[in-house]
Amino acid sequence: MTSKIAYDDVEVGTELPARTFPVTRDALVRYAGASGDFNPIHWNEKFAKEVGLPDVIAHGMFTMAEAIRVVTDWTGDPGAVVEYGVRFTKPVVVPNDDRGATIEVSAKVAAKLDDRTVRVDLTATSAGQKVLGMSRAVVRLG
Amino acid sequence: MALDQSFVGRTYPPTEPYEVGREKIREFAEAVGDTSPVYTDPEAAKALGHPDVVAPPTFVFSITFKAAGQVIADPQLGLDYSRVVHGDQKFAYARPVRAGDRLTVTSTIEAIKSLAGNDILDIRGEVHDETGERVVTAWTKLVARAAEGA
Repeated sequence: MTSKIAYDDVEVGTELPARTFPVTRDALVRYAGASGDFNPIHWNEKFAKEVGLPDVIAHGMFTMAEAIRVVTDWTGDPGAVVEYGVRFTKPVVVPNDDRGATIEVSAKVAAKLDDRTVRVDLTATSAGQKVLGMSRAVVRLG
Repeated sequence: MALDQSFVGRTYPPTEPYEVGREKIREFAEAVGDTSPVYTDPEAAKALGHPDVVAPPTFVFSITFKAAGQVIADPQLGLDYSRVVHGDQKFAYARPVRAGDRLTVTSTIEAIKSLAGNDILDIRGEVHDETGERVVTAWTKLVARAAEGA
């Protein structure tokens, strides 16, 4: 494990570079195949609407996977992630058009912990709505 | 109907080993749009001190959720899966999952709660490698929404 960020170089409030991730229908089909989650609410508009959703929604685990990229890009090593947890608060609705949806992720250091670790709090929104709650990672720095 | 509290603490038998392949990791990394070479290039992974390519942090969910299927489909527990949504997800890593791992998952029901007619089920999946070392623990909270008219 080799984080390119040094523990001594961060403080509470240090912001990680924010990212915007596109989510299109074809990305959800790819994610379904790669993850093995073929729930039709993630690719079949008719089915999604029948169960009361506004449209096809992204897999919660897809959103979770995108959000942590802000942390793994920052440290340069995914092995630096010691803990990662989220609450799925709102779905990411993905329309069938050229643009799809976007997930905006920001993150900052919320606490410096023992053993050269820090707690990073993440915020993920889509269409102005918070899509993840209690989204936190514990990360070991260099 | 509320789930039977006596299932709290029940542990299910470990799954058959899941062998983590380099190409499966590559497929997953591509699906989430992450081009980091640590997921695809063994030399880049070795430069960071890993014996082989590692998996993105949430990759292991596919394995733990499949294992949790033992709990979800347990006819004695009687969870109505058609009403289930994923509430929370958490991972604690001893090390990253990597290519060549042969992983087994042991699922335990940690908690069962009933809130406003919803059944809330907390499942812990302990993931071990072929040497018996713990690799990651996954906590999955499932919420079975109350049936209409219940």
